[in-house]
Amino acid sequence: MFWWRRRKSKQKAKERLQLVLAYDRAKLAPGKMEDLKRDLLEVLHRYFPTEDREVEIEFEQRGERVVLIADIPVRS
Amino acid sequence: MKEEGALQAKAIVVTSGKGGVGKTTTTANVGAALAQEGEKVVVIDVDVGLRNLDVVMGLEGRVVFDLIDVLEGRCKMRQALIRDKRVENLFLLPASQTRDKEALDPKVFRAVVKHLIEDEGFDRVLIDSPAGIERGFQTAAAPAEGALVVVNPEVSSVRDADRIVGLLEAGEVAENHLIVNRIRPKMVKRGDMLSVDDIVEILGIRLIGIVPEDEGILVSTNVGEPVALRKDRSAAGEEFRNIARRIRGEEVPFPDLDESGGIWQTVRRIFGGR
Repeated sequence: MFWWRRRKSKQKAKERLQLVLAYDRAKLAPGKMEDLKRDLLEVLHRYFPTEDREVEIEFEQRGERVVLIADIPVRS
Repeated sequence: MKEEGALQAKAIVVTSGKGGVGKTTTTANVGAALAQEGEKVVVIDVDVGLRNLDVVMGLEGRVVFDLIDVLEGRCKMRQALIRDKRVENLFLLPASQTRDKEALDPKVFRAVVKHLIEDEGFDRVLIDSPAGIERGFQTAAAPAEGALVVVNPEVSSVRDADRIVGLLEAGEVAENHLIVNRIRPKMVKRGDMLSVDDIVEILGIRLIGIVPEDEGILVSTNVGEPVALRKDRSAAGEEFRNIARRIRGEEVPFPDLDESGGIWQTVRRIFGGR
């Protein structure tokens, strides 16, 4: 692991850049993502009250556009 | 395929967001190289209060008037333009060192550049932007139809460049081109530096130059002679000359420095074009 990290610091740089730029381009502070998640869960709970769920959200660059992707299990 | 690559823009801003990535060096060298190619070129320093293009070009001793003097009527444009004696048709318009960014208004600066192109007959106006995204940058970009975005293969520089590209596009600067500066092939090969392909993929603008890290740059700044004008064949000087040729629409292969490297990449670049 240590070896891999040392050898491929550019991979790490690229991933970090892509992530931070997704937030920059979407004009959203990364810390706000947790708030969004919480609000989203709250809304979901109104419609699917039965169970607790884990929501995954992330940004994706699609050509010119930045898209918000949410992975929401409605029945686990 | 050939003319397609030429920059139509006569007014080109050299910018980066982040400081210290090589804007001034790029302005001086691309300007000098364009003049060597036969264009009538003026390089303008817009970094009011922190001018440096004059020293990088080795013309600091000949500064009498500056851009602000012209605007405030203390001299004529012709008096402020410094002719570089080493190349035909290369001129410097220095910034004021004693004033601040507020002394230069975007609208007024746009008129200055228009005057240089339409009345003084310049083929190309290269504008050396200050770092940052505030007024200094806004002023520098105001008259520009194209931009050379200078970036170092490093996370903070690429991030800032992305911001700059967004601002340029919002400001309707149409022809934006990327120069990756100070790349170290050995580090890229080791996997410890972002490659040119990575950066192009992330920023999504057209690549026009790959300048390797080169000690010759510091030496040339020490003596005030742009590497593009120096006789000794430095890798950076060579690439700055190539950038000028690409700006003029010539198809010049990029130096082969990438991580996958080797003969195949060279072959791909020569035949595939890029």
